[in-house]
Amino acid sequence: MAREGPRGRGDAMSAASGTSAATRAEICVVACAEAWRGDGEVLAAAMGTCSILGARLARHTFEPGLLTTDGGALLTAEPVAFGAPAGAVEGWLPFRDHLWLVQNGRRHVMMGASQIDRHGNTNISAIGDWARPKSQLLGVRGAPGNTIANPTSYWIPRHSTRVFVPQVDMVSGVGFDRAAALGPGASRFHGLRRVVTDLAVLDFGTPDRSMRLVSVHPGVEVQRVVTATGFELVIEGDVPETRRPAEEELRLIREVLDPKALRDQEVRA
Amino acid sequence: MGAVMSIEEIVGSLDSGMTIGIGGWGSRRKPMALVRAICRSSLTDLTVVSYGGPDVGLLCAAGKVRRVVAPFVTLDSIALEPHFRAARQSGAIEFTEYDEGMFMFGLLAGAHRLPFLPTRAGLGSDVLRVVPGLRTVRSPYEDGEELVAVPALTMDAALVHLDLADTRGNGRYLGADPYLDDLFAKAAARCYVSCERMVEPGGLGGPPQTLLVSRMHVTGVVETPDGGHFTGRGPGGERDEAFQRHYAASAADPEAWAAFADRFLSGDEAAYQEAVRRWHERDRVEGETR
Repeated sequence: MAREGPRGRGDAMSAASGTSAATRAEICVVACAEAWRGDGEVLAAAMGTCSILGARLARHTFEPGLLTTDGGALLTAEPVAFGAPAGAVEGWLPFRDHLWLVQNGRRHVMMGASQIDRHGNTNISAIGDWARPKSQLLGVRGAPGNTIANPTSYWIPRHSTRVFVPQVDMVSGVGFDRAAALGPGASRFHGLRRVVTDLAVLDFGTPDRSMRLVSVHPGVEVQRVVTATGFELVIEGDVPETRRPAEEELRLIREVLDPKALRDQEVRA
Repeated sequence: MGAVMSIEEIVGSLDSGMTIGIGGWGSRRKPMALVRAICRSSLTDLTVVSYGGPDVGLLCAAGKVRRVVAPFVTLDSIALEPHFRAARQSGAIEFTEYDEGMFMFGLLAGAHRLPFLPTRAGLGSDVLRVVPGLRTVRSPYEDGEELVAVPALTMDAALVHLDLADTRGNGRYLGADPYLDDLFAKAAARCYVSCERMVEPGGLGGPPQTLLVSRMHVTGVVETPDGGHFTGRGPGGERDEAFQRHYAASAADPEAWAAFADRFLSGDEAAYQEAVRRWHERDRVEGETR
């Protein structure tokens, strides 16, 4: 897979390691990793390639207390390569205990979404009228429980108006407006952290908790994000560029966590 | 205590209109030999309770299902189950859609003879909109918190698949995850166990905590070698990904599905296993990449 990411001044070929410039996928992995910064000793639950790599990268670097899995029921002693066997394990988390952990709360999950609105309501269940959907998707899975009980972020590999919609067809994951309507008791464990896409990083750090553009990935114009979003984003002044991966992060992604470059199948260069 | 039965005897003891629980998770350790036998039977109008995978898909394709109760239906390595999608999109089935945790709480309530169990999961979501009759309950304590009251998931019969079982119906799993199979066994009026390999009582071996299902909850047990195929089982019985891809590709097209059903599903379980063996053999001979 070609690695022809945008080449800025800061990440031209490095003489020391021979590292080439970061691809968009690698920028996304690091942006996903940033979601878990400051979380300490919680399960980093992730869905999607860049998100899973991000969790393991965060644990490898700035958030060593995180717990990560082999993609199955095992908590690995060290973060392992994507799709690799668990190796040494430090814990056991079969589905039943994972579901209890959602209730317990020591968990920050990064999910996918087929639709998301400006308040962070998401849909992975069905498109169209629920009673007889135009397109049946997965079902709500654990999204209702995840969002009401755990900090939740989202990884969306294709930022488009098909996903970023004015209103989702079936609320699987609970957004800020619906959480607020439940009152302070029921919503006290609800919190959406960030939304990472192939174009940008977004969050809900606004007075009315509607979605805000935090940064655009290197090479992406703000207007492109606006055009790919089916509702009005909050944009405050000049939007900064998403942080580029450090050389050590690139090495870990390329040599340790994803030597088969599966990330490039999710986000093409 | 479980009696050793045949696949046909187990399916013959079920009735149309029943609520049937199916153990496993997605495309993992599903009692597929029993599911295939239900597809061949005259049973109809079933309510299927499942962390759904190809079990739900096959039963939908065979027209056996009135209602599915599930938090998802997936093939895991292939996200969407084609037959379930088709059944939902054509309006052929009714659907009770629960969050994964709600579903487990429903099983826990059913297994422990409680009318419901409370949870936060579901609050604020559209699950409360699309599942009519779902109620909330207020904490009687000082906090006064409102929670979802997940009704007990009870079943007329549960079907679970274990790597090993003894002739009494005690069952052991060899993989990393027990899923919720013991809860299905306890929540159902009757439970039938199929197993990859059957041993004499006392012969199950292994760490005692892998003895998941007890004979006290089992009505019948049957040995079905490779009966979990094509779903993932314990070591040595990993998911047959090539065959699952063939299943999913066939299921997405009516003509291809007719050919698939004719080739693999028109005979009994032995015929299925033989057809799969031949399919893999031809695969090797022709060096096809699937």
